[in-house]
Amino acid sequence: MEALLALLIGALVAASVYLMLSRHVVRFLFGLVLFSNAVNVLLFAAGRVLWGEPPLVPEGLEVPLGAVANPLPQALILTAIVIGFGLLAFALVLSVRGVAALGTADLDAMRAAEPRSDPASTERP
Amino acid sequence: MKTWVVAPIAIPLVTATLLVLGFSSPRRQHVVAVVGTLGLAVAAVALLLGVEREGILVVQAGGWAAPFGISLVADRLGAAMVMVTAVIGLATVVFAAGEVDESRMRFGFAPLVQILLAGVCGAFLTGDVFNLYVWFEVMLIASFALLAIGGGREQLDGALKYVALNLISTLLFLSGAGLLYGMAGSLNMADLNQRLPALEQPGLVAAVAVLFLLAFGIKAALFPVFSWLPASYHTPPVAVSALFAGLLTKVGVYALIRFFTIIFPREQMGLDGVLVVVAALTMVTGVLGAAAQSEFRRILGFHIVSQVGYMVMGLALGSPLALAGAIFYTLHHIIVKANLFLLSGVSKRLSGSFELARSGGLYTRSPFVALLFLIPAFSLAGFPPLSGFWAKLLLIQAALEFSQWWVVAALVVVGLLTVYSMTKIWAEAFWKAHPEGDDAWREPLVGRERALLLAPVIALALITVAIGLWPAPLFEFARAAAAELLDPTAYVTAVLDGGSR
Repeated sequence: MEALLALLIGALVAASVYLMLSRHVVRFLFGLVLFSNAVNVLLFAAGRVLWGEPPLVPEGLEVPLGAVANPLPQALILTAIVIGFGLLAFALVLSVRGVAALGTADLDAMRAAEPRSDPASTERP
Repeated sequence: MKTWVVAPIAIPLVTATLLVLGFSSPRRQHVVAVVGTLGLAVAAVALLLGVEREGILVVQAGGWAAPFGISLVADRLGAAMVMVTAVIGLATVVFAAGEVDESRMRFGFAPLVQILLAGVCGAFLTGDVFNLYVWFEVMLIASFALLAIGGGREQLDGALKYVALNLISTLLFLSGAGLLYGMAGSLNMADLNQRLPALEQPGLVAAVAVLFLLAFGIKAALFPVFSWLPASYHTPPVAVSALFAGLLTKVGVYALIRFFTIIFPREQMGLDGVLVVVAALTMVTGVLGAAAQSEFRRILGFHIVSQVGYMVMGLALGSPLALAGAIFYTLHHIIVKANLFLLSGVSKRLSGSFELARSGGLYTRSPFVALLFLIPAFSLAGFPPLSGFWAKLLLIQAALEFSQWWVVAALVVVGLLTVYSMTKIWAEAFWKAHPEGDDAWREPLVGRERALLLAPVIALALITVAIGLWPAPLFEFARAAAAELLDPTAYVTAVLDGGSR
């Protein structure tokens, strides 16, 4: 199971890096979404995975019997999902505004803040 | 005493809530923001005095004993960082009352600043890796909005790049936290200090450490991942740039210092060489980037990169003196850099442009402002007897102890190149006549606006001069803070046994 999750994480990260290398802002954001999900699965796998062992303490006992699934990573993932969702929603709206205002979705062509006439960028072909 | 550990996080959050309630009147919002930030400053002073008197203060959130709950920990480094956060917060909130326009206030400028301050203070006070991630996000969300609101094309362009790269940084941080938990089964910093060496897997630990190095390196704007900073810091209102310039990259530096002293067993990992080279390259590229710029705030932006290199160099050398130097440098730099950004705003207000080519004559126009510029500018460059001189001296001394001659050379040469940039600003904006003649002058600063724009600048300049003239107390403090980090026994016992007290 963990090997499967590791492969899944690898595939997600590879796809997200490929997308994030694109100069198109929407592809970049899709890459970011994938990366964020890959990290969530990573958190999940890092807590070790068990089949059908809910972390419940039987009545009358102080600690659960035997090995149970670790609930902490799941709490971490929930937090990370909520935060990630909020940030990505913001990034999406920002990109829409940015593309509308700057007139291009090509990240390399967005140079309103760093105009090309700048001495720092003149040597670029 | 312990409530003061929570106060620096709670006060800005309460202030933010009050600001949202009083949304209709920008003027009232400014008053509430200044009062709230004053409260933060009082809490920070109390916390600092408490830490000086009683040692490390710990609060276990919700009464859950460490390492099961979240610990809030104030040691010397954390308390001092909270103190400068409050000072910079106060300076920028006052400056903003004179600078920020009404439309931005209507988009929630004032509450966002408070949320940012809460996030920064939370990051400095938490003793838990995942909680640090949460505070980073609080800080980031507020900074994204502050960077973008009311923005024209430039601001949106800057914000897009800032958001993209910082999101990657936090995702790397989060995966590091996940792997750390998977490896050690804990995310409490003091607990990790005990568990990681016991794992006896230095290779794995080093791999995870590199993940954190990259994540915090992006936040701190280290070479080669600094490009988001010069792309964005010159676009928002000056009060926002000053706040960001003072605090945000330094949260990254703080996290690096914290992780590479308390959490990771450095002697097992062999990353010090990498850190030294990265720090040196950061210093050099930053200062060369600045030399190529011709806009007031972009020059300052590149100088942040270069100065962060100094701080990380102190951490990389890792001796008690070097680490004390890094802490001294960080505290001094926050004050000076924020002040220079505020001054860029005053200069723009008087001469009409941030572009050096299109401004000038400030010296004849307002000699007092010119004098105020010289103090932080010379301090940044490291002229005696200002604060930057002592900060650089400490680091150079530490490098000499290691006989790392090329590091010494880099520290000195980058200081000289900083002088070059500062004299360029001086010559262009202050000394030469205004290219558009005297007609280009904006109306002079008078009355309320003069007080609001200049008071924070004067106060920060006085702090710089005071540190310069009496460096001993701050140096002793930095040395004690460094000792706490290099021998974390006190930290670990305070956190792990702190619940029972």
